[in-house]
Amino acid sequence: MQTIYSDLLCIGAGLAGERVAIEAASAGFDAVCLSIVPARRSHSSAAQGGMQAALGNCAMGEGDGPDVHFADTVKGSDWGCDQEVARLFVDTAPIVMRELAAWGVPWNRVVPGESKYFKGGKEFTKVEKKEKEGLITARAFGGTAKWRTCYTSDGTGHTVLYTMDNRAAQLGVVVHDRVEAISLIHDGTRCMGAVVRCLKTGDLRVYLAKATLIASGGFGRIYRESTNAVINDGGGHVIALDTGVVPLGNMEAVQFHPTGIVPTDILVTEGCRGDGGTLLDVNENRFMPEYEPDKAELASRDVVSRWMTVHMQKGFGVKSPYGDHLWLDIRHLGIDHIRTKLREVDEICKSFLGIDPAYQLIPVRPTQHYSMGGVRTNKDGAAYGLAGLFSAGESACWDMHGFNRLGGNSLAETVVAGNIIGKKVVDYLKGCEAIFNSKVVDAAVAKQAARITALRNRSNGSESAYAVREAMFDAIMKGAGIFRNEKDLTECVETLQALHERAGRVGLKSNGVGPNPELTLALKIQGMVKLALCVAYGALKRTESRGSHTREDFPERNDRDWLNRTLATWPEGASLPELSYEAATKVFEIPPGDRGYGGGKIISA
Amino acid sequence: MSRILTFNIFRYNPQDPGTPPRMDRFMLDETDRMTLFIALNRIREEQDPSLMFDFCCRAGICGACGMVINGRPGLACHTKTKDLPETITLMPLPAFKLVGDLSVDTGTWFREMYQKVESWVHTSKEFDPAALEERMDNGLAEEIYELERCIECGCCVAACGTALIRPDFLGAVGLNRIARFILDPRDERTDKEYFEIVGNDQGIFGCMGLLGCEDVCPKGLPLQDQLGMLRRKMAFTALKSLVGKHKHAHK
Repeated sequence: MQTIYSDLLCIGAGLAGERVAIEAASAGFDAVCLSIVPARRSHSSAAQGGMQAALGNCAMGEGDGPDVHFADTVKGSDWGCDQEVARLFVDTAPIVMRELAAWGVPWNRVVPGESKYFKGGKEFTKVEKKEKEGLITARAFGGTAKWRTCYTSDGTGHTVLYTMDNRAAQLGVVVHDRVEAISLIHDGTRCMGAVVRCLKTGDLRVYLAKATLIASGGFGRIYRESTNAVINDGGGHVIALDTGVVPLGNMEAVQFHPTGIVPTDILVTEGCRGDGGTLLDVNENRFMPEYEPDKAELASRDVVSRWMTVHMQKGFGVKSPYGDHLWLDIRHLGIDHIRTKLREVDEICKSFLGIDPAYQLIPVRPTQHYSMGGVRTNKDGAAYGLAGLFSAGESACWDMHGFNRLGGNSLAETVVAGNIIGKKVVDYLKGCEAIFNSKVVDAAVAKQAARITALRNRSNGSESAYAVREAMFDAIMKGAGIFRNEKDLTECVETLQALHERAGRVGLKSNGVGPNPELTLALKIQGMVKLALCVAYGALKRTESRGSHTREDFPERNDRDWLNRTLATWPEGASLPELSYEAATKVFEIPPGDRGYGGGKIISA
Repeated sequence: MSRILTFNIFRYNPQDPGTPPRMDRFMLDETDRMTLFIALNRIREEQDPSLMFDFCCRAGICGACGMVINGRPGLACHTKTKDLPETITLMPLPAFKLVGDLSVDTGTWFREMYQKVESWVHTSKEFDPAALEERMDNGLAEEIYELERCIECGCCVAACGTALIRPDFLGAVGLNRIARFILDPRDERTDKEYFEIVGNDQGIFGCMGLLGCEDVCPKGLPLQDQLGMLRRKMAFTALKSLVGKHKHAHK
């Protein structure tokens, strides 16, 4: 068995994983990043719109600062976030954006003089100041008081990831690509690394490390209709949950993005609405101002997705073979703007829909997009339950997003959290003496080898992993989508419990030799069903509406009973997660109040 | 009338050497707006769960799904079956090590390439967290972005005559990367330093000018322009250094 030692093992080589690894490498520690795909294909690359940081350079960002960013973030979270973490985030974000500029990100910059912009389909004029020329500029995004989203056209994730990976290569961070961690190695109190399957050969390897970081992105692929890359199937969450001691936080908080295209669910950026695009119904009427007179299309994502669904339920959706949808209209932004600032959108429309968005409407509907929940950590990024285990980025519940995150805050989180948590990991490594217990390591490997043998020999049964996944998609789409209620959630939980059992009887159809893709899915399908159960069961128990979690039968945000965070652990052999709760935040800079959009009643604490 | 599509797909699992390389045939009923992403997933889920292929973002952004589609390298995710004949032949990209079936190891190739070109900003400046960012002209930022749009899908390498016969050739993608850093004022490397990386047969002089790279680039990058620019710039640098040596010899 090949065994690879390092100071820091990052499971995931997207922006968060690499940013933490860079911090460790800069301090002289060995860092190894694992990635299912070549690092530059990580889902971070797909983020189009931008990163929020209160630089206040552009005209529409004047007067912005971390305090304004903080207020937007807390409101966006519907008071579900940890305010200490949100404060750390907003204060550090501007520095991290400048650092990225120094490393090579070609941020769009302030161009002085008069220029036009659109808001709600109307044209306005702004004047950029001469003294700000050449500083990092910003665009508008939903739920923000100022233009704050730093961007490089609509390829922000791509350029930042390439810059980050360049920096990692320069500092000697080792990236092992096409490998997948299938279990953590731990003794119930301390994490020692991971058992890893090579996706080039199928061989198992052991990675031992003083500190282990889970930075594996979201788990959107437990939903059928998701904007997520196909690799975002929650593998990192599964291995954390499988320890039985590491809790996942707020798994019921799942965000739907307003503009997934129909039928392929590929995302078109919020930048479309930020830059002045509008949403139209079957009659080509703009409807968002009816529901949100002030913010309209630029209310937060949970709010816009909900009103879109309501409007379609009223019969204003556009009928299609793939179900109802609405229209996104960016035609008025003009061909120059679309071909430069919204170029990826232009390409997506042409390649996947066969339409030209400069002249035609884009069919869109709300689609699963982001997981606010994840591996619960403290403000230092240390996971609950196991010493030496950390988490950062979308896979973590750090928790600056609470029950809804604002566009541009997640991409910023990856690098800002990476910077902050990276320093904490370095502190941990400095004080760490590692002792790896070979009995624990051998047992962890033997367990995974036995699972693989059982799947290949069909000794537990011959259920199809693909069929179980399809049934899971059906259950969770039906029960735990945008609108939720007790009846559907109860049914969803029961169905998923039966599927959890079925998943235990999976056996391969093919021979499972080498980097066999059926084995890859079979190894984690039961874990994926567990994640679905954490979402559905958490949602069933949370009898209120907060951020993206909308209960039709409990429409109020209930600060009296639910100003807290759900923690889900999975004891060995259980058929449901064990839920407990902790206060949403220890410190209140801003006491719970009205978000200023989204309507809805509040039951005060 | 919807068509019945025939897929001829290259099959070989190097970890299972008892089974020789072959072409397998799969039939599939075509559906509305079907892409190769949809088709290949259906084949795997309904007909042969061992079929290996790569997709990641499935939206033309990450570059994972490069393959040879009816003889031409391209991204499978945004290839619509309606634009193809009834018989579709799929092969893995050449020039990269085969992982299995349609899946190839691009990660190792690209990592070696960017180690060779030292694909990072070379600067003597320390980042100062207390200072404002260094200013840049927006037009220049956009020009840099233009060259940074490459998604490392490997199609240009697979379509390159030189890359197929010279494994150490940087390829259009490597030369494009160099051009991106030459353009960037944050990178302090001199022309002479760049010349040391690309002024050879592994670099600008290896290109046979067949233009395959630019023809197949799914992002429409101006790859040949970059090569032309580099050749002119590097020829000038080479000339300068020759003149310099000449002078030196006469001293």
